[in-house]
Amino acid sequence: MLAYIIRRLIYAIPILIGVNLLTFTLFFVVNSPDDMAASQLGDKYVTPEAIANWKRKNGYDKPLFLNDDASGVAALTDTIFFTKSVRLFAFDFGRSESGRDITTDVSTRMWPSLAVALPSFAIGIWVNICVALMVVMFRATALDRWAVFVFVALMSISYLFYIIGGQYLVAKQWMLVPISGFDPDFKPWKFLILPVLVSVVSGIGSGARWYRTLFLEEAGQDYVRTARAKGASEISILFKHILPNALIPILTGIVVLIPSLFMGSLLIESFFGIPGLGSYMLDAIRSQDFAIVRTMVFIGSILYILGLILTDISYTWADPRVRLS
Amino acid sequence: MPIKNTGLATVRKCGAALCVTLALLAGCGAPPWNDPNPQYDDEFITYQSVMSPAPPKHLDPATSYASDESLFIDQIYEPPMGYHFLKRPYELVPLALGSEPVLTFLDADGNEVQESDEAMAFSRYTLQVSEDERYQPHPAFALDAAGRPLYLFETAEEGRRYRQVPDFPETGTRQVQANDFVYAIKRLADPEIGSPMLGFMAHYIVGWEDFSKQLGEVPRSGWLNLNEYPMEGLQVLDERTFTITIKGRYPQFRYWLAMHFFSPIAPEVDRFYHNPGFAERNLTLDWWPVGAGPFMMVKNDPNSEIVLERNPNFREEFYPSEGEPGDREAGLLDDAGKQIPFIDRAVFRLEKEVLPLWTKFLQGYYDRSGEVHGNTNGVYDQAFVVGPDGVEMSKELEDHHITMSPDVKPAIYYYGFNMRDPVVGGYTEDKRKLRQALQIAFNTEEYLNIFYKGNGIPSQSIIPPGIPGFLEGEAGMNPYVYDWVDGEPRRKPLDYARQLLAEAGYPNGRDARTGEPLKIFIDVQSQAISNTTMNWMDRAFGEIGVQVEYRPADWNRTREKLLTGNTQIFSHGWLADYPDPENFLFLLYGPESPLDCKCDGANNSNYSSEVFDEAFRQIRMLPPGPERDERVALAVEQYRKDAVWLFAYYPKDIYLNNSWVYNNKRHGVSKASLMYTRIDTRERARKQVEWNQPITWPLYAGALLLLSLVLPGVIAYRRRQKATARVAEDS
Repeated sequence: MLAYIIRRLIYAIPILIGVNLLTFTLFFVVNSPDDMAASQLGDKYVTPEAIANWKRKNGYDKPLFLNDDASGVAALTDTIFFTKSVRLFAFDFGRSESGRDITTDVSTRMWPSLAVALPSFAIGIWVNICVALMVVMFRATALDRWAVFVFVALMSISYLFYIIGGQYLVAKQWMLVPISGFDPDFKPWKFLILPVLVSVVSGIGSGARWYRTLFLEEAGQDYVRTARAKGASEISILFKHILPNALIPILTGIVVLIPSLFMGSLLIESFFGIPGLGSYMLDAIRSQDFAIVRTMVFIGSILYILGLILTDISYTWADPRVRLS
Repeated sequence: MPIKNTGLATVRKCGAALCVTLALLAGCGAPPWNDPNPQYDDEFITYQSVMSPAPPKHLDPATSYASDESLFIDQIYEPPMGYHFLKRPYELVPLALGSEPVLTFLDADGNEVQESDEAMAFSRYTLQVSEDERYQPHPAFALDAAGRPLYLFETAEEGRRYRQVPDFPETGTRQVQANDFVYAIKRLADPEIGSPMLGFMAHYIVGWEDFSKQLGEVPRSGWLNLNEYPMEGLQVLDERTFTITIKGRYPQFRYWLAMHFFSPIAPEVDRFYHNPGFAERNLTLDWWPVGAGPFMMVKNDPNSEIVLERNPNFREEFYPSEGEPGDREAGLLDDAGKQIPFIDRAVFRLEKEVLPLWTKFLQGYYDRSGEVHGNTNGVYDQAFVVGPDGVEMSKELEDHHITMSPDVKPAIYYYGFNMRDPVVGGYTEDKRKLRQALQIAFNTEEYLNIFYKGNGIPSQSIIPPGIPGFLEGEAGMNPYVYDWVDGEPRRKPLDYARQLLAEAGYPNGRDARTGEPLKIFIDVQSQAISNTTMNWMDRAFGEIGVQVEYRPADWNRTREKLLTGNTQIFSHGWLADYPDPENFLFLLYGPESPLDCKCDGANNSNYSSEVFDEAFRQIRMLPPGPERDERVALAVEQYRKDAVWLFAYYPKDIYLNNSWVYNNKRHGVSKASLMYTRIDTRERARKQVEWNQPITWPLYAGALLLLSLVLPGVIAYRRRQKATARVAEDS
């Protein structure tokens, strides 16, 4: 398995270079270094000298990909793309365009992101599986049909509606919890109730429907009939037989998400005032802070690749027949 | 039977979990449950407010140039001059100085001459720092027993345990000295700092360019002591006195002395923040400002909140006893003569979305609805209704006894013509008539009422209210677009616009020579305009037969078009640096045209009028007085006659204050008004409890709903488990 993991990690390198190249190209198709400088310097007294000075200070005074003035390898290395990318691969994220240390910001902000994402993720999966199993228990009945109808309805509602609706009802009208905010030193749980609740409820429709489909497929298998014939209770059949056998597709869907939990949620964090990485990314996009955008895409890619490797590993745990080689 | 036991156990477990949840919810402590503010265990009077929609990017007074940042910087730093809190028009007063700056004039050899002397080559400002100015407590001033700085490290490892300024156990302070101001001005000229003043002040302060060039060539490693590099135009005469020498005459320089760029920076503070490894932990002057103002920063988490506390070393300062007419009646002089600041702590929480901000304000958890941007969009629309007397508050707000603070900033938003455009540009009579016809057709009053709920004042000239040169009544009306009817300006009729259009060569909106319909092109910033607005504008110009085509683009592309003159009509805005007509009239000064100066000039209309330019040159040099007012009027008249802008308005923001917040007058220019704010904390606590009694029935209803969903399932499940096999039934 170790060899497999090492091989997968080596495969990751060209993927990361490709992602980095794509991000870089897309960003600079829309924004030139001059645009970035103008955006950072503000609207007033943005002289050409000030722009040149900003570019020099922040390392954007070189050509993007190819330096015609340099010779040999330097033509490729003395460029914005190379100098910025090399630092990324050394995990030196540098400073944001506004001067803050990105590593410090990321390490500070990932905890609030996790504080929301982990409970939302864990409770969400648990609720979805329970609901799906319950619906499977009553398959082909009116309850099953109604449940599918409700799932589709829940899926059709915009995520934004859940957020705003939740804030309006629970926090504004009923005044049960704060509408937004986060304070790790002051009863943080009371700030988490609403975003977690919104995340879980908004995910029930798609999650439970997906799991129902998986469980239904398993429920028709011979081993289930055998278990039932042997007198196993329905609960036992669902949790001890169907659930473990449906785990492979479930793991495919969820294990890959686990590392990404660090990255937070753009909307939830923005609306609930959670100072996590999701809102960090959103702010960076708004303020054209390429250093942060590039770092976050890079970290996101690494976490995604890590998630895929973890998924493969989890298969061996869920199904002993699977061997990684 | 195990089957029965499992089912019953599940029901029992569900019931127990439900009971525990309800008990937990019911036992959340005394209401209000939704209080988002932490409870401090001290007796400080805490002001609760917001920073919205984004945190500040820079807090270094040399680099910051945004009003969101001034909200903090202006409370912490004290520049040489400041503005009177209540008086209007805006009045400059000494702040860090003990007295007004003394202005003298010099010839090229440095000899003192009269202002009117032809040999006059330089102006020299002599400034004397107040004796009472002391810095806030800060570790940069902490000294060891031998009098050496306590926190100077050789390696990053030595200072590794300090992650933020409050982590340093020892602090110190000292008196503000003249050299601190000189040091701060030198920082503005340092190319490494990247101040927006870098290029601008080079036109004025003597020796700036040489100093800047010299610093650019110095190899950098750690802290550079700027005291070792003299600048010709800056001189420290003694511990409390220094001079600034500027080229020629520039009366507006006094206003620059009221901007945070000129706030003192202690060299030891600069050196402290250059400790190895500090920048990697965001321990920089850009994030932890150090000043002598009324407040100091004790927490800077730009991701969630910034906390200021009263500076214990702040000089004795008292609430003003004079204001403008109406201030006394508004209760703004009730605190006259009392020592300020009234509050001990100010907490600014980051709010990116309007709904949470607005809800917390209505729930009483924020004292004011905003600090920098008075938001009148989205949810705020519920707050206002347009009544016969303009914008009024809704009943909900009136029931809360919320007060309004309108704020007309010294700013102007406008849609300008490119005067070099072959269709709408030019200075011939027919071109003027064409532009005037378009000006009349664009009903600014209707536009503001529909899209801004009336929060804006249609511009009659280029100079906003509160600025010398702004005239009220008929004298201040633009006679080319309005008539004075029944004591108020009334837009000229559309028929007159059509007549002007015909005289311009476009009868019924068609080119008299070709018969082609007249089509105008407007460059709009995609984020700043909606389809509804464009439809309204289509209709407005359609009234006189003119067609419109929009060219949406982001700000960077729009800026490019302005720099290259590749536009016909464009939108722009300007927030003044200081309350002087010169700072608005320069928007149309010929040499400021980007096409002429090959720079990011302010004259985006590329307007060129010798009459206007000559008047402007004199305005720039003349001291305030009738002669200057006359030149201002002349420049404004020329602007109106040439119809340079399609329309313009002065933005008006409305801020809301909860009933327990006092001294709410907004200052359009300065943000240093936190020290005047007073709060009745008892009233606030009482109202918070009264307004935030939780409604618990939805909890019980939710629990019941959950039970009603689960219970039938459990019953059905048990029935199924008990049921006899169908085969047996049949048999």
